[in-house]
Amino acid sequence: MMEFLRMGGEAAYVWSAYGITLAVVLFNAWWARWTHQQALERARASLSETRTLKTPTVRQVE
Amino acid sequence: MRLPRWFHLLGSPPFVYGLAGRLVPWLRAIAIVLLLVGAYWGLAVAPPDRVQGEVYRILFLHPQVAYISMMAYVVMAVSAGIGFIWRIKLAHAVAVTAAPIGTTFTACALATGAIWGRPTWGTFWQWTDPRIMSETLLLFLFLGYLALRAAFDDRDKADRVSAILAVVGVVNVPIIHYSVIWWNSLHQGPSFMKLDKPSIAPEMLTPFLIMIAAFTVCFYWLLLNGLRGQIVERERDTRWVKQLVGGREA
Amino acid sequence: MSAFGAIVRRDVRVALRRLSEAANPLLFFVIVATLFPLALSPNADELREVGVGVLWVSTLLSSLLALEGLFRADADDGSLEQLMLSPVPISVTVVAKIAAHWLMTILPLIALVPVLALSYSMPLAALPTMIGALLLATPTLSVLTALGAALTVSLRRGGTIVGLLVLPLTAPLLIFGTRATDFGLHDEPAAGPLYLLAAFAAFALALGPLAIGAALRVGVE
Repeated sequence: MMEFLRMGGEAAYVWSAYGITLAVVLFNAWWARWTHQQALERARASLSETRTLKTPTVRQVE
Repeated sequence: MRLPRWFHLLGSPPFVYGLAGRLVPWLRAIAIVLLLVGAYWGLAVAPPDRVQGEVYRILFLHPQVAYISMMAYVVMAVSAGIGFIWRIKLAHAVAVTAAPIGTTFTACALATGAIWGRPTWGTFWQWTDPRIMSETLLLFLFLGYLALRAAFDDRDKADRVSAILAVVGVVNVPIIHYSVIWWNSLHQGPSFMKLDKPSIAPEMLTPFLIMIAAFTVCFYWLLLNGLRGQIVERERDTRWVKQLVGGREA
Repeated sequence: MSAFGAIVRRDVRVALRRLSEAANPLLFFVIVATLFPLALSPNADELREVGVGVLWVSTLLSSLLALEGLFRADADDGSLEQLMLSPVPISVTVVAKIAAHWLMTILPLIALVPVLALSYSMPLAALPTMIGALLLATPTLSVLTALGAALTVSLRRGGTIVGLLVLPLTAPLLIFGTRATDFGLHDEPAAGPLYLLAAFAAFALALGPLAIGAALRVGVE
């Protein structure tokens, strides 16, 4: 196991390369989810906005 | 000529949103499995290289990531071009989604390449290597695309202007690919894409190929996943999105 | 052809009226090329080494400065729209404007290069190759910068982004232009890179105006 992690003395190179690649994949997955949530929230916000505007106020009922 | 129904469906945002939503879990699962299998195979099963020792294991990352970065640019350029010529909003959405994926993968390719270069070529960076230079150019093209989009307030204008930039830059992709054939440099010639048998040992070829498949599926997973967010953002004021978030029509 | 000539003449006349504006990129070129020896070493041998690169990069940057506002003045006062509405194809208009700018700004810049090259202790024998390479590379450079200008024509402060868009695309010109000049400097045949530069120019002049026209149409919309 230790031999595996040591990678023949070149652990820094191998693991940093694999680490960076993993980080890139994870980042993109997170970014996709985050932008999706943001978009859904903005859509929800504009929806409740129109609902509020369409709700009759006392003035309109009069 | 009557076009098949699926052709029209592919231009419909709600349809693509639903389709992507159904495909994403499968693509994610396949990508994760392939990545884990490929990484394990490449790190633990494949024997050390006669010349490069253990550090050659970056072979299972760097070429694949670089290949995906070029694929991402082509996807971006082609969909932006389609969106520009035929005015299909969904095509522009695909281009916008591919851009950050391509940018990060290009940066990753350059980083893993530099890390690999230090112990093998003796240097992190080589200004005269044409493949390093053209991949760096690809990074600048992606960054330029993102910067250009950000400069416009009008989304439609941003789409169309950045589409032109994307299409002009696509010339760079074959240059990256053929640079190792056209010029002598630190990068070795093609060892995989030759038509006769590849000049790489079979124990190393298998994880190499698995990782190509893994990153390709990974790219399409990330692309479809990101596309859903783009679609919702662009279609925010439509009835189907309102029904999606509100349940009831306002 | 007459439309082409008319647009070239008009742009040249406008530039002649505001000669100081056309001179700005030239002054910039001279200043940048003068700053480098101050920042690096004044040693003649070292200067000769870097002179090629410095002069090429200075040319790139000055060309950027000269052309990034190529369409903005006309876009602001509406004459760009008029030109686009006229029966003259946009490509012709674009090439004419680029040609006029090249004549008024880039050609004088290339004329200044021998003087600056001498200040960098470059031998006279190297100059013909350098001038030749510049003459072949600058049309492509102008087309690329014009593309950047067209893409950003509707932006209020588009100037800052044009560099980011254009300079990476000019990397091949820089690489082969300096290679050709280096060969000329060391008395080796420079035909290879010069042919490549000529090929780039042919490609850029043939297809560039199409992209530029498309970008202008979007920008003016």
